[in-house]
Amino acid sequence: MALEPQDVQRAAHLARLGLDETDADRYVDDLTRILEMADQLQAVDTDGVAPLAHPLDATQRLRADEVTETDQRERFQRNAPAVENGLYLVPRVVE
Amino acid sequence: MHDMTLTELARALEAGEFTSRQLTESLLARVERLDGDLNSFISVTAEQALAAADAADAARGRGEAGPLTGLPLALKDIFCTQDVRTSCGSKMLDNFVAPYDAHVVEKLKTAGTVSLGKTNMDEFAMGSSNENSYYGPVKNPWDLSAVPGGSSGGSAAAVAAGLVPAALGTDTGGSIRQPAAFCGITGLKPTYGRVSRYGMVAYASSLDQAGPMARTAEDCALLLSAIAGHDLRDSTSVARGVPDYRAELGASLSGLKIGLPKEYFGDGLDPAVESAIREAVKVYESLGATVQEVSLPHTHHAIPAYYVIAPAEASSNLSRYDGVRFGHRCDAPKDLEDLYKRSRAEGFGDEVKRRILIGTHTLSEGFFDAYYKKAQQVRRLIRQDFMDAFEQVDVLMGPSTPTPAFDLGANKDPVSMYLQDIYTIAINLAGIPGISVPAGAVNGRPVGLQILGPHFAESQLLNVAHQFQQVTDWHQQRPAFGKENA
Repeated sequence: MALEPQDVQRAAHLARLGLDETDADRYVDDLTRILEMADQLQAVDTDGVAPLAHPLDATQRLRADEVTETDQRERFQRNAPAVENGLYLVPRVVE
Repeated sequence: MHDMTLTELARALEAGEFTSRQLTESLLARVERLDGDLNSFISVTAEQALAAADAADAARGRGEAGPLTGLPLALKDIFCTQDVRTSCGSKMLDNFVAPYDAHVVEKLKTAGTVSLGKTNMDEFAMGSSNENSYYGPVKNPWDLSAVPGGSSGGSAAAVAAGLVPAALGTDTGGSIRQPAAFCGITGLKPTYGRVSRYGMVAYASSLDQAGPMARTAEDCALLLSAIAGHDLRDSTSVARGVPDYRAELGASLSGLKIGLPKEYFGDGLDPAVESAIREAVKVYESLGATVQEVSLPHTHHAIPAYYVIAPAEASSNLSRYDGVRFGHRCDAPKDLEDLYKRSRAEGFGDEVKRRILIGTHTLSEGFFDAYYKKAQQVRRLIRQDFMDAFEQVDVLMGPSTPTPAFDLGANKDPVSMYLQDIYTIAINLAGIPGISVPAGAVNGRPVGLQILGPHFAESQLLNVAHQFQQVTDWHQQRPAFGKENA
């Protein structure tokens, strides 16, 4: 199934990945070939086969709803590009 | 010292032949002298290594040494190491200093090991050649014009070149086993859930698994015993006891039933590699094993299934790199959308972007059923193939890779690179364990034999690998690179 540049742009927008036109064109071919490879899966009869999300077919373990973590904000924020008063700074979102 | 296995080094340290400090200094000097040509390390942590070595020697002096005390190793740069840069081979995390240790790092520290540093890798574990690293490609010590394999190429090259006796790698589609094969060392991918993924930067959460890379199965067994086990902090880690993985190494292989999947001996397999593998199988027959052909009918659907599932999971896992809380941030973002888009465009390399785009596309509305759900259904069939085969045989064997290491720059096309993973990739989809052991060489480039077992059969796999290494010497070969003149 061939991809158009706008399919690539749409995926890029959903993934919040900046992509200019030259990049988008470059990826169209690669991604088309990967999807063509993925299309081979259509040949497999999967009627009545349940999807396998976890290789051991396990379900998510649960635990008691109790606070067990301690506040380590300062430590974790050492890697932040911009913080103030313990808050991460980003460009203005709300006018 | 650099030629010795972990097991031999442990004995030598215990016997007082040298101290951990002396051993560490010697290896650090080797890294300094040789790694410029290999590029296997991203960060060398010399100060921390020497401090750990001194602590290990002190512990030994107090009579408190354990099986791993004072042994040097290296860690793929995908494992969070407290106060040490953890880059995942990416510009996105070039400035990231991990605030905590991964579970496996904690376990290895507690066991008294000495980490020399963080090894190079394909960016975010996406690649099969270690040519996708922000920090440049890694070379294969057997032939500097060849790739070491990937994504754990740095770990493989460092062990093969005798810079460290062992290293940790990770394996999502073959990233321990394939570089182990290309570099002539032994590498094990444990059963999914055997080793905690806490602190191991996620690529594909239902496929990723950490594992040991060393010269021998015995060394891998030693390391696996140290890192395996339940961890509450990884909800996919299995609550199952950890045996001493060395306990059954010596068991006889008489009566062992080996299956050779016919799909692993078809088109695309280099005849010289096939020849080496069939010789290896004959060795097993001489040890008392029987061999039969089996079939894994969905083998050729494993690559498309993986290249739908893994990128889909990656697109989700890598959405955390948003320039807000850590990692690369673009300069002077105009607004939030610009912050996200430019930080991510600048921080990620081509292969990572390709996989994020494919993953996003196949998860998006209108495509989810045809691609992602379909791939998961095929995944169940792939796993069933293995489970059916293990009703007839104890282990499966075949080549780890279709060819020996290829030249740097040889596989420019993404899809041809993906086809490299043909023998390794289904194993991650099924969650079963697999080990690659050195079994030959073609034009000076090593060949790996892959041995597969049912879920949680690591003891048997290690035993089967170890017995091969008792009667062959492929694992004792050393590249000319870095050979010291005695």
